[in-house]
Amino acid sequence: MINIFEVNETNNMIEHENLDVRTITLGISLLDCIDSDVDKVCENIYNKITTVAKDLVATGQEIEKEYGIPIVNKRISITPAAIVGGAACKTPDDFVKIAQTLDKAAKKVGVNFLGGFSALVSKGMTKADELLIRSIPKALATTDFVCSSINVGSTKTGLNMDAVKLMGEIVLETAELTKDNDCLGCAKLVVFCNAPDDNPFMAGAFHGVTEADAIINVGVSGPGVVKTAIEKTKGENFEVLCETIKKTAFKITRVGQLVAQEASRRLGIPFGIIDLSLAPTPAIGDSVADILKGIGLEHPGAPGTTAALALLNDQVKKGGVMASSYVGGLSGAFIPVSEDQGMIDAVNAGALTLEKLEAMTCVCSVGLDMIAIPGDTKATTISGVIADEAAIGMINQKTTAVRVIPVIGKKVGEVVEFGGLLGYAPIMPVNSFSCDEFVNRGGRIPAPIHSFKN
Amino acid sequence: MKKTIITVVGKDTVGIIAKVCTYLADNKINILDISQTIVQDYFNMMMIVDAGKCDKKFGEMADEIEKIGEDIGVQIKVQQEDIFNSMHRI
Repeated sequence: MINIFEVNETNNMIEHENLDVRTITLGISLLDCIDSDVDKVCENIYNKITTVAKDLVATGQEIEKEYGIPIVNKRISITPAAIVGGAACKTPDDFVKIAQTLDKAAKKVGVNFLGGFSALVSKGMTKADELLIRSIPKALATTDFVCSSINVGSTKTGLNMDAVKLMGEIVLETAELTKDNDCLGCAKLVVFCNAPDDNPFMAGAFHGVTEADAIINVGVSGPGVVKTAIEKTKGENFEVLCETIKKTAFKITRVGQLVAQEASRRLGIPFGIIDLSLAPTPAIGDSVADILKGIGLEHPGAPGTTAALALLNDQVKKGGVMASSYVGGLSGAFIPVSEDQGMIDAVNAGALTLEKLEAMTCVCSVGLDMIAIPGDTKATTISGVIADEAAIGMINQKTTAVRVIPVIGKKVGEVVEFGGLLGYAPIMPVNSFSCDEFVNRGGRIPAPIHSFKN
Repeated sequence: MKKTIITVVGKDTVGIIAKVCTYLADNKINILDISQTIVQDYFNMMMIVDAGKCDKKFGEMADEIEKIGEDIGVQIKVQQEDIFNSMHRI
């Protein structure tokens, strides 16, 4: 039988170390909503989402209450909207209409984000894909909860450089259209390489076409728990450190597995995957950067950071995989800047640069995340950053992503405030040498060879 | 049978167990096990109970027990046992 020490350990994690289930994300296929009339598509989408997800929030709250574990977010992911709206949408404004419908449905069911205003264009863009991409700035400026993601490359297909070029422009335009709101639109826009079909985390969640009609995916978290655990290993060797992270990850993930199974049972919707990510929040102690410091770095960005992050990521997976029946999504440590107080401190201390962050993304999920850059950054420069990050993903067969926020009217050293889980961020310098000719070439970078790994 | 875990943490004072147990008895909740320790002057108790015969919904029962805690100045949590089994038992 359970004893008092085990009960106290669990409750300490929840009360003092910010253990929570970060999100229950309900994936909903909208393939059966397709129609050739845009108003009909919108009606179908609204009806399907508000029917399938009607009990999601209440069920989440019920589980929170019964187990005493906070479930921070309840969210929805949908089939990439470019596919759903492909037959009906003839202009970007048609896609904006779909985005607004999604927003309305999200508000109706009470979720705090809905992901899947997406297009998968890793090899080429259909007309609908391009219309959706061009509608993104207005769609994100006129909605509150809709998140957008574009997959511009994969290990199997190479990189679609036309899409990369276009996305640089779109990111900038999204910033411009939401500049009165701290360019918040860009916080809801991710550019992926090797995007997973079952990611529960925003802003990159969408419900892939390989998925069932509806599915429950759960994202666990708990950087604070890992940090507290490794504080007790100070001075110990790597074996002790790694074992500690692994065991802690196991415990954290078990809670996610329980919540996922319960949510699945109560909603009558199959369980998909657990995403084993360490997702920080701006709350003190809920920081991946603090884990890196606990491993022995003065600040993230110091030499050794990439190695520390690599071992952290790997141990989290090793512990988590055994704790859950199905693992998927992004599964790794997130290193967003604005959402992690320790990362913000490292940037302010001059320890962490964009280039070091890029190196760190080679060994963890997901990529350059929630990084504020000067508003006068050129579109081609943003495309260049996207191309670099996508290339890392393509060659290393992993998911990478870029979510940068060009803050219109602000310069390096100034601060932008997003609020809530999105936090705040110091604006970081971007290498200003030109990559115009590279980006403007157009076409595709061919898929990489899978031998001669050097 | 699903078990429920009740934990009480707070400054030690007269009648904590009595008040909680009275509520449990009034609501047909059977106590299966009690353990308690004092950690750094703090009263620390865990009860394993069977709430199968309780007429109230879990949320309502939990709120009422937590309210008792507030009244006597201790923190009481009521949770389904599964979360602890999941984390500590393979």
